[in-house]
Amino acid sequence: MLLHDLTIPTDQFEAGTGWALKPEGACRGDVCIPLREPTGDTVDVGSVAAQMGMPIVEDADRGIWALGPWSGTGHALVSAEAPELVLPDLDGNDFRLSSLQGQKVLILSWAPY
Amino acid sequence: MWQELRTELHPLGLEVVTVGLDTVGADACRPFIERAAPEHPSLIDRHHAMAELFGVVNIPNSVWIDEQGTIVRPAEPAPAPRREERVGAGGELPGRVGAIMAEAGKIRTDAVAYHDALRDWVAHGAASSFALAPDEVVARSQPRDADAARGTAHFELATHLETEGLHDAAVPHFREAHRLVPDNFSYKRQAWSMEPGADGPLARFWQGPSDDDPSAWPYDGDWLSDVTAFGAENYYPPFQP
Repeated sequence: MLLHDLTIPTDQFEAGTGWALKPEGACRGDVCIPLREPTGDTVDVGSVAAQMGMPIVEDADRGIWALGPWSGTGHALVSAEAPELVLPDLDGNDFRLSSLQGQKVLILSWAPY
Repeated sequence: MWQELRTELHPLGLEVVTVGLDTVGADACRPFIERAAPEHPSLIDRHHAMAELFGVVNIPNSVWIDEQGTIVRPAEPAPAPRREERVGAGGELPGRVGAIMAEAGKIRTDAVAYHDALRDWVAHGAASSFALAPDEVVARSQPRDADAARGTAHFELATHLETEGLHDAAVPHFREAHRLVPDNFSYKRQAWSMEPGADGPLARFWQGPSDDDPSAWPYDGDWLSDVTAFGAENYYPPFQP
């Protein structure tokens, strides 16, 4: 998740990472990671990322950061529950993977190079 | 290429979503998508969200998801349908392109086994032996340690800078991504394909130092060297039932 600021609205953090911030901690599927303090309307990304073990890397010259994924399972997937995927089509219209619930889905990655 | 498969399997309850992984963006994918004229969603992934979220490390690659939104097969090679297993062709063209073609000709795919498995799952759902249990799905997804997670963040910085037109600033982050996530071949090919190694229609497949100025190549690896060292026959792991 790309960041221009290390304090961001909670809903932005949740949408960008797939982790919901609840009273019991940061949760995704069956996994909940306890956090020291309850979350309000904004998130101190540096603090939450450190507690969750998620990396933040910086491009200091431009004042931007990227928050990397959680790696607590030792694998790319946190659980078998499909994460939400939101990507644009050729016309720039966002498509949500979750809109296909109720059908079997084959996601095929390709590249023109 | 996938539209034909979609036409066959959509009436049986399968939807296909194709995702083009390219930092260059929609315009680079457009000619391929317009030629394929897909009836299914066809999306553009400039930052390789498929790598971060699903562990996609090479293309073509698939993830299978059931009606409840549960992944039943994690990212794995997905050979194009009806593709003949290639015999060692190529080598007729001179120089790097000929050598790349020769190596590419050695790449093996399990297209028949893969497509038989897909049809079995579409027909039988959870009863198909190819639909894996949740624990197995996670365990078979791409390994990710703390370094790989950090490399994923570097890749996102790189692609963001690239889309902002800051190519020279992107390169060090691509290099870190390559170092920290060495098993992600798309991270490498993405960066290599944006370097001016050659002119013309093959420019993005050159993916290595130019003949004129090899010292200008900013990466440690390149397609030909890496694939030759890794072994083209190992480029895709075999289909694992």
